[in-house]
Amino acid sequence: MIGITGYGGYAPRLRLSRKAVVEANAWFAPQFAGKAKGGRAMANWDEDSITMAVAAARDCLGTGEDRSHVKALYLASSTLPFAERLNAGVIREALRLARSIDAVDVTGSQRAALSALSEAIAKVQSSGGSALVLAADNRKTRAASAAELDYGDAGAALLIGSDKVLAKYLGSSSVTVDFVDHYRLAGEDIDYVWEERWIRDEGIAKLVPEAIAAALKQSGLAADKVDHFIFPTTFQKLEIQLAKTCGIRPEAVVDNLSLQIGDSGVPHAMLMLAQVLETAQPGQNIVLAQFGSGAQAFVFRVTDTIKSFRPKTGVTGWLARGVEETSYTKFLSFKGQLRLERGMRGEQDKKTALTTLYRHREAILGLVGGRCTKTGKIHFPPSRLSYTQGAPQLDTQEPYCLAERKGAVLSWSAEYLSFNMSPPHYYGQIDFEGGGRILMEFTDLSRGDVDSGTPMEMVFRIKDIDEVRGFNRYFWKATPLRASSTTVSE
Amino acid sequence: MAKGIKDKVAILGMGCSKFGERWNASPEDLMVEAYNEAMADAGIEPEQLDAAWFSTNMDDVGTGRGGTPMSIALRLPNIGVTRVENFCAGGSEAIRAAVYAVAAGACDIALAVGVEKLKDTGYGGLPTATVGTYIPQWYPNAVAPANFAQLATAYRRKHGVDAALLKRAMAHVSVKSHANGAKNPKAHLQKPITEEQVLKAPIIAEPLGLFDCCGVSDGAAAVIVTRPDIARTLGKKDLVTFKALQVSASNGWEMHSNEWDGSYFHTARIAAKRAYEEAGIRSPREEISMLEVHDCFSITELVTMEDLYFSPEGGAVKDVMDGFYDADGKLPCQIDGGLKCFGHPIGASGIRMLYEMYLQLQGRAGARQLANPKIGLTHNLGGQPSQNVCSVSIVGLEDV
Repeated sequence: MIGITGYGGYAPRLRLSRKAVVEANAWFAPQFAGKAKGGRAMANWDEDSITMAVAAARDCLGTGEDRSHVKALYLASSTLPFAERLNAGVIREALRLARSIDAVDVTGSQRAALSALSEAIAKVQSSGGSALVLAADNRKTRAASAAELDYGDAGAALLIGSDKVLAKYLGSSSVTVDFVDHYRLAGEDIDYVWEERWIRDEGIAKLVPEAIAAALKQSGLAADKVDHFIFPTTFQKLEIQLAKTCGIRPEAVVDNLSLQIGDSGVPHAMLMLAQVLETAQPGQNIVLAQFGSGAQAFVFRVTDTIKSFRPKTGVTGWLARGVEETSYTKFLSFKGQLRLERGMRGEQDKKTALTTLYRHREAILGLVGGRCTKTGKIHFPPSRLSYTQGAPQLDTQEPYCLAERKGAVLSWSAEYLSFNMSPPHYYGQIDFEGGGRILMEFTDLSRGDVDSGTPMEMVFRIKDIDEVRGFNRYFWKATPLRASSTTVSE
Repeated sequence: MAKGIKDKVAILGMGCSKFGERWNASPEDLMVEAYNEAMADAGIEPEQLDAAWFSTNMDDVGTGRGGTPMSIALRLPNIGVTRVENFCAGGSEAIRAAVYAVAAGACDIALAVGVEKLKDTGYGGLPTATVGTYIPQWYPNAVAPANFAQLATAYRRKHGVDAALLKRAMAHVSVKSHANGAKNPKAHLQKPITEEQVLKAPIIAEPLGLFDCCGVSDGAAAVIVTRPDIARTLGKKDLVTFKALQVSASNGWEMHSNEWDGSYFHTARIAAKRAYEEAGIRSPREEISMLEVHDCFSITELVTMEDLYFSPEGGAVKDVMDGFYDADGKLPCQIDGGLKCFGHPIGASGIRMLYEMYLQLQGRAGARQLANPKIGLTHNLGGQPSQNVCSVSIVGLEDV
C-alpha cells in the first residue's frame, strides 16, 4: 500500500488584519470594504518559500535525526527564491537529508504541488522508500489589489511511502490545458490576471470536474462517498458549486482557511489536507484538487493507522499561534514593496563568499556543530581543535546537529542601532540542552517575549539579503518555544 | 612565570590630542598633535627614536593600513614602524611592543602612537567592520551596544539584581564620568549630567540608553619609552615606570562552551591576576591609587570593578552606588572622563589611559589632580564580552 505516511504545515506567525489593509487603501479602492474580515498569513521579512518549506517539513518529519528513509525531495512553489540554484538542494542541507536523494524543484502552475505529489507517488512505486513533498509560496501582489487581501503565505508537507500509511493513495488524474487565467513572465514579480467570471465559469467550473471525475473513476469510488473535498479557491462558494457538479455531498467541502491564512497558492491544497488529516477518521475518503494550466485531482482513503501520527505543531497549532499584525506598511516593507529609510548602516555589504559557504555548509545550513568524542563537549562552529581548557583535543569532533534541540537564553539585547528589517534587532547567547552555545539572532517575537532563561527553539531563516548581487544568505535563528511545539531533549 | 617588565622601562614623554568630533582634523593632523606634545615632553629629537609602533583599528575610515601612514605623517627618520591592531585594545598593544623592545635591549628609545578618525563615516556610533567571510554567514549582525548590553541581562540573573537598581548603578557610573570629564579640557564630552537624564535617555540596546554608551571620537595619543637609566641621563625625575603589562585573549571558551555565565570578562580576571603578580600587588583594592578602565558602556565598567578584584563578586553595584569609584572616593576611576567622556578613538584609547596615569603620577593633571597617587592601573578591552582581548597595565612611580 502506498500513501501518505506523514504530514505537516506551516503558517507564519503574523496575520495581517484585512481591516487594516482595507482602511489604509479605502481612499483608492473602496470596493474592497466587504473583504475587511479576518487576517491573512504574512511571512516575516526573513521567510521565503525555502524557509517555509523547511518549517513545514520539520512539522512533518518531527525531531528525529534519522531521516535516511527519505529518498526523494520535491519542492513545489510558484515563488522559488532562486531561478538558478536548486532550491530543494538548500532544503536538503537544512533538513540533513541523505546526499544521494533525488531533489527536484517543481514550479510553473498553481497545481505544482499536486504535480510534485504525482512524481512522489511514482517514485515510491518504482523505488520504494519515502518521498517528501514540500510546497510553499510567498506571493507578491499589487498594493490595493484583491489578491493582496485574498492571498496568504504558508507551507505544507506530505511524506509519501509504503510503511505505516495514514491515507492510502487510491487514484489521481491530471488535465493539462493552456488556460491562461493569469501569467507571470520570468523575472516579473506580480501576476497579470484575466477576467474573474471567465476564469470561474469557463476555467475552474469545467476543468476541475473533469479531473475529479477521472480521479474518482480510477479510484473506483463513487462521488457521494467522498468525506472531505479539498479545493482551494478565492471565489466565494465556488468549492460548494464544484462539489455539487461532481456529485460530492456539500458537507464534505473543507473550509479553505480564508479567514485565518488566506489562499496560500501552490501549498494550499496540501495545507488544507494536513489539517483534515489531524481529525480524519479511518475509512474516510478524501479528494483534493487544484486548478492551474488545467487541473489535477487525487483520491486518498484514511487508514486505521491515522491516529499513530501527529505533526510536531500541525496546521491547527500554527493557526493558534497567529498574532494579529495591523501595520500595513510593515507588510509592504516585508514584501519588498515599500523601501523604508535604512540609514547608512543599511549600506553594509552582504556579499557571501560561496567558497566559504560550501566549506561550512553543514554548519551554516544544517546547524551542525562538533561533539568532542573525548569530552562530550559541543562546539559551534565545529573546529579541528576543541576548546577544552588546558587540554585541547585534535580532530576529535564528530558532527552534532543542534537544529532540533531546545535551548535557553543566556543573555540577550534588543538594539535600535543597526539596520534591521524588523527593529529592534534581537540577538543573544543560546545555551542548548545537552550542550552547545551560539550567539545568534532571534526572530518572530514581541517585546517581553524573551529574558535570560527563556526556552527557545531553532528556525531556518534568511540571515541576510544581498541586494547588490541578488543572493539570500540562510542560517538558523532562535525563537521562543511556544505552546504546541516539541523538540528533543536529552 | 617570567620575570616580567617591572621597573625595566620608563615613560620619557607623552602627548594626547584633544578628543572629540574633530571635523577639520585629519588622522595625520591628530597624530602630529599628540606626537609633538610627546616629543616636547621627552625633550628628544626624531633621530633618537629607534623604532615605532602604530595602533589604528578601522581599515575603511582613517589612515588606511600599514606603518607608512604614521611614518609619513610624522616624517620619522626611516625607522621601523609597525601597525598593530587588536580591536579596541590596539593602543595598549602598541605600548607593549615599544616597552618590550626597550626591555629587550633592542631599542633605547621607542615610540607608540595610536589614532582613530571615526567621524568620517557619515553616521553616529562605531563604523561597521568586516569580520572575514565565514562569521557573517552565521554570527549576528551585531553592534557593540547590544553585545555589551548582554552583560546586564546575565549579571541581573546571576546576582538577582533588580533591573531598576542595576540601571541606576549604571547611571551612577556615567554621571561620575561626566563630572570628571567636565574638568578635562581635552575631553570630548565636558558637560555634567544627572541621573535623571541618564535614566530618561532613549534606549540604544536594551537596557543601555544613550548615556550608557561612550563617546565616538577622533583623537590620537603618543608615548615615548626608554630605560630608566637613559631617562635619568636625559635629566628626567619622578620617573613613571611600567610595573606590569598583561594581555589575555579569549580562546573560544566563553563563546562556545556552556560554562561561562555571560556576566563578567573571563580574560580580564586572568590578565588582572597576572598583572598583580607581575607588579607584586597583593591587595589591589588597597594598593592601587586610581584606575582608567575600558568603560565603553556603563555596564562594562561596573562588572570590570569585580573582574579586577576591586569589588567582591556581586558587590560592584553597592560600591558604585556608595561612590567608591568617584573622584572623591577611595579608588577614583576614569578621573579623566574615561572612554565615556574623554572619548574613544579606538586605536588611541589604550595610550590615552596611560596618559592620564602619567599626568596624575607626575602631579600634572590640573583641576582633576588627585592627592598623591602612587600606582595606577589601565584596563583596555577589545572585542566583546564573549570573545575579546583584555589588557591590564600597571604603572607607578619608580620607587614604589
